[in-house]
Amino acid sequence: MSALPSQSLSTLTVAIAGNPNAGKTSLFNALTGLRQKIANYPGVTVEATRGVWYLDDGSPVAVVDLPGLYSLNATSIDEQIACDTLVGSGERFEPSISPDVIIVAIDATNLSRNLYLATQVIELGRPTVVALTMFDLALRNGIEINVPSLAEALGVPVVPVVARRLIGIDALASAVKKIAEQTRASVSATRIDDALTIRKHELLDRYQRIDTLLSRVLTQKNSEGLSRTERIDAVLTHRIFGPLILIAVVLFVFQMIFSWANLPMNLIDGGFSSLGRFVRTTLPPGVFTDLLADGVIAGVGGVLVFLPQILLLFLFIAILEESGYMARAAFLMDRLMRSVGLDGKAFLPLVMSFACAVPAVMATRTIQSTKDRITTIMIAPFMSCSARLPVYTLMIASCFANQKTFGFISTGALIILTMYLLGISTAVGVAWLLKHSILKAPSTLFVMELPVYRIPSVSNVFHTMLSRAGLFIKRASTVILAASILLWALAAFPRSTGSSSVTASEQVKNSYAGRAGRLMEPFIAPLGFDWRIGIGLISSFAARETIVSTLSVVYNVGEEDESQRSGSLVRVMTDAKRSDGSPMWTPLVGLSLMVFFVLACQCMSTLAVVRRETNSWRWPLFMVSYMLVLAYVGSLITFQGGRLLGFN
Amino acid sequence: MKKSKYPPYRAHSTLSALPPGRWATVLTVVGPGFIALRLMEMGLVPGASISVVRSAPLGDPIQIKLRDYHLALRRTEAELINVALAD
Repeated sequence: MSALPSQSLSTLTVAIAGNPNAGKTSLFNALTGLRQKIANYPGVTVEATRGVWYLDDGSPVAVVDLPGLYSLNATSIDEQIACDTLVGSGERFEPSISPDVIIVAIDATNLSRNLYLATQVIELGRPTVVALTMFDLALRNGIEINVPSLAEALGVPVVPVVARRLIGIDALASAVKKIAEQTRASVSATRIDDALTIRKHELLDRYQRIDTLLSRVLTQKNSEGLSRTERIDAVLTHRIFGPLILIAVVLFVFQMIFSWANLPMNLIDGGFSSLGRFVRTTLPPGVFTDLLADGVIAGVGGVLVFLPQILLLFLFIAILEESGYMARAAFLMDRLMRSVGLDGKAFLPLVMSFACAVPAVMATRTIQSTKDRITTIMIAPFMSCSARLPVYTLMIASCFANQKTFGFISTGALIILTMYLLGISTAVGVAWLLKHSILKAPSTLFVMELPVYRIPSVSNVFHTMLSRAGLFIKRASTVILAASILLWALAAFPRSTGSSSVTASEQVKNSYAGRAGRLMEPFIAPLGFDWRIGIGLISSFAARETIVSTLSVVYNVGEEDESQRSGSLVRVMTDAKRSDGSPMWTPLVGLSLMVFFVLACQCMSTLAVVRRETNSWRWPLFMVSYMLVLAYVGSLITFQGGRLLGFN
Repeated sequence: MKKSKYPPYRAHSTLSALPPGRWATVLTVVGPGFIALRLMEMGLVPGASISVVRSAPLGDPIQIKLRDYHLALRRTEAELINVALAD
């Protein structure tokens, strides 16, 4: 984890602490602009967002946005990291952060609970400045806060800020500078007593002091601000309208991801294909050209093709989060998700997974409990993503051409529906198993703040969107690129001799991938697969839909343009025979292969992003292996069971 | 019809049994240490005014209002909070 380059220049480190939803991140964005960098604390999934804040005199200050916390009594790893940094034992999390000044962001519209944390932090004795966020909202809601007397009572500077409009930032800067200059008695790391009875007593005492303090500081107190939120909630969390609106929101996001992302994705895909063809035609033929065209360019394209989806998904997630709707979606879905041992926050990422597991895995960050988050990540790839559709389409066209069930329902549609349901039910079963075995967590607590509805700030939304997209490119690209080159090499080596007369089909058959396909045949024959499908299974690890192009190469379908090729591939596959003369692509083989594709994690991009999100190779390896076992067993049951029942 | 969903309300009851729209005062928070502690840190301390806004479509979790903010919690946790009806 490299430090920010400017960190060495700065003399000051400032940590921003505060309750979740207290406007911490808005403040951080207002201070640092785009000069920020997200890193993971090693070994944990918690992120450290760091940035540089240039004060009015041009001096840089390193700023750390700590994970949100409600008190110094941490209940999650996020809170533990924030807490340790504040208390002064943050060294166990490299990169260690030892803030010179702490800024506590407190929501002016919700003082009493926010002051609970603020007073705890102030009592640590470190140089502290309180930023009174959302001050405009408080004024508008008829909340009048006597700032000087609040500052006096707390014993630290209190600066009202409106981060979105950059109001109060200069005052905050001078307060931070001033307090940093004052030499303070060295801070002893406060050991928080673990005895619960003492803490309960301290807790009650603290709230009592806060109530006394507020009775002096708040000259007018009413809950007008909540009434607008309550009116919106009356509809959005309504018994009947709530779920309906949630379904509409999900469908809308889904539709947008599918349709809006499609055009740029096709452009990127097409662009990289043409670039590959251009390289192939201009450079002399040979290994280097092949590597460049089929390995590197295809690999880079494979990374960038996800970008539109990730940008759009995080655009919507940021809007849902910022507006306050995300918490309502979790509220509505909690009971349902709990039946599989997860909480309501797992709902949206799982739904997103029907588009693509890659952004969905990244979206699990909103789940606080690490075990719930990993469970959600582990089951996300079972949702039939858009990359499986070409596989289903090919199988249905080749094995179930124009069949009807009961004479009027298209068999193809019925099969696709079955595949979706198979994925969902497997996900439910696996989630239940995981939550009752390796990811078992002691009684979890679902206490979630439902924040006030707000119009999302454009700059915050774009910050989130861009930083997520940047992270994906930075962290996932190396793995995807490496895997893409490896898969290319498996199909391209050893080189078939005879230079120009060698067809692509023969090259693949004699390559390592081809040999592996033949070696695999005894193992996959019980599933109804032959060595050709074996090659397809290997190559589709790059991305599921790759099996379509691999099969066309193996079946030596001419390199016409895409649409014609898939048409002739279907023809060739319908006519294909096994060595004993029986048709190869029977409905049962088609079903078996589709079941395999539902259950197997044939997607290096998903694995790359799981590696990045869980910060270890352990989970992606677990994921790929258990899903492979499930896929094998599922296909075996389909094929052998089908044969026992007399199908072919 | 709506009332039949809730057990007959007694002056002293748990938050889970509090009918929506009525204000109550927290008496005690019981249960496992860390859960009770977290609930109290969120402001559910004895003496705090609290009201149930509504329950989620499937009856659980519930949305409550206290100290100028809204909180969602599950009925299992709401049962740990003993309240007395205000007014």
